[in-house]
Amino acid sequence: MIPERLFNWGLLAALLAFVIYAQAADETYWITLSTRAVIFAIAGIGLNLALGYGGMVSFGHAAFFGIGGYAMGILASHAQGYTPIVDGWVTVNGTQNMLVIWVVALLAGGFGALLIGLLSLRTTGAYFIMITLAFGQMFYYFAISWPAYGGEDGVIIYIRNGFPGLNTMDPVQFFALTFGVLTLVLGLMHMINRSAFGLALNAVRQTPERVETVGIHTLRLKLTAFVISGMVTALAGALFADLNKYVSPAMFSWSISGEIMIFVILGGVARLLGPLVGAVVFVFLEEVLGGLSEFWHIYLGLLLLLVVLFAKGGIVGLLTRKEVRHG
Amino acid sequence: MTFLLIEQVLNGLQLGVMLFLISAGLTLVFGVMGLINLAHGSLYMVGAFAAAAVAAYTGSYLMGIIASMIAAAVAGVLIETLVIRRLYGRDHLDQVLATFALILIFSEGTRMVFGSFPLYLSIPALIAGPVTLPGGLQYPLFRLVLIAVGVAVAVGLYLLITRTRLGIQIQAGEADREMIDALGVDISKLYTFVFALGAGLAGLAGALVGTIQSVQVGMGEPVLITAFVVIVIGGIGSIRGAFVGALLVGLTDTLGAFLLPKATEVLFASADIGSVLSSMLIYILMAVVLVLRPTGLFGGTT
Repeated sequence: MIPERLFNWGLLAALLAFVIYAQAADETYWITLSTRAVIFAIAGIGLNLALGYGGMVSFGHAAFFGIGGYAMGILASHAQGYTPIVDGWVTVNGTQNMLVIWVVALLAGGFGALLIGLLSLRTTGAYFIMITLAFGQMFYYFAISWPAYGGEDGVIIYIRNGFPGLNTMDPVQFFALTFGVLTLVLGLMHMINRSAFGLALNAVRQTPERVETVGIHTLRLKLTAFVISGMVTALAGALFADLNKYVSPAMFSWSISGEIMIFVILGGVARLLGPLVGAVVFVFLEEVLGGLSEFWHIYLGLLLLLVVLFAKGGIVGLLTRKEVRHG
Repeated sequence: MTFLLIEQVLNGLQLGVMLFLISAGLTLVFGVMGLINLAHGSLYMVGAFAAAAVAAYTGSYLMGIIASMIAAAVAGVLIETLVIRRLYGRDHLDQVLATFALILIFSEGTRMVFGSFPLYLSIPALIAGPVTLPGGLQYPLFRLVLIAVGVAVAVGLYLLITRTRLGIQIQAGEADREMIDALGVDISKLYTFVFALGAGLAGLAGALVGTIQSVQVGMGEPVLITAFVVIVIGGIGSIRGAFVGALLVGLTDTLGAFLLPKATEVLFASADIGSVLSSMLIYILMAVVLVLRPTGLFGGTT
């Protein structure tokens, strides 16, 4: 039993140490796996704000993950094909600059979350779960039937997008970049949790009536959290598409929503680094069990079932002693 | 054009009644036990595979259909007593996760047994051919049979719930769980029965739809999500809502896919816009219902 703060720092250090070791041992594949885990973690951290701190059980976060992916796919495919995106009164060109792509992904993800949030937050509980799931599926079918960007086949990007001063095709540099983004996002979440906004959000999850009585507009508060949550997950989507140099409707599929949720739950709901633990464990299982058996999802299912039925605080909850604010 | 339109309306009805078979169990389980069950789509899949396996083994389609209901109901009883029962008092998040875990287990388990390739059920010769409707329209008899089965189940379910002792207990269970428990009804047996009933209907739907499409792993989840749209539109917990919602969704989806591309072809000289729009149409319908009536067409105040 160790304090959660120590655990958090230890985990980040261990991940870095692992990647440095992999680089020294020239194990590029391990670095790519770590990058995958970090990107999944960012997606999970996004969801954790809505689900863990805000109590909004969204089963549709694949929508934002996919929006981020397609923001990258659309911008980069136009840039590599030298075709403008819009060519009317104004000409909008594509780009292969990650910074621009990230901004577009954040804005598009935020806008998508605003729309879905406005509709879904009219309801709570089971309705909310079903509706977010349904809207996620809507984006999936949209991406499949929209022929401009490959339809079902998706879009392939030949060269990973660039970041000023880095060679992103070098696995360890791309890892460093995603790790940097992870640190920024973690810092942001830490600040949000400490802020008046975060405290109010936490209170809304526990007793919405009381918060309403104090004069706080609960819907606006939840919507804000949902939008930030969608933006963070969209950013992860853009990174994920860049990792694979490929985006397809599969990024919108309902099982991605489920997996993002697994990162949060395996790690521990409403814990700062819960999604990172969950994502690392997920990628580890995917690799180890996936190597042992083609049917590794069955073991993932059993593990998830055990965690849900018997270990409510997730892995972080099992390993650290402090019972964090969740109830 | 009129013939085509009538044909599409019939297709829409057929999709609608099949959606009803799936949504009925989902909405009953939610209404009575307060449980959101993602694994309902897996029961649909179990039914389809059982039908395909038994029909291939015995050579009888009817045996396959019976097997689909039995297999799905047995699978339902199994997961209810082993897993679902522990989830009734839990919050929805736990229910979603545990039943999501069940999807993974069912899907991979089925893949292990049957492999990844789709299976096919063939329509028995007796109901295979087209039939000529009054007015001269040729329409597949099997699809008419599906509509009839769906309507018959809807009527049966209505009678079961309003006219029998068991149905009254189910209604009472929806209204006040503690009270009927106190009145001496064995609530846990009632829950298992309701779950098995919903599972059996889902299994039947899986076998019937599997006959016109194909039987494969992962067939349940898209249908499950569409069933969620149905019960959000109809109002969670309401069988009548599920029926109306299912027909609405079935007709909207089928007619949208038929008419919208034609409409945008004329308006914007592009059928693509129409087909993109039609793929989103039922979700737009759901959004409209949410704006007008957040608890669904037949939902109470929850």
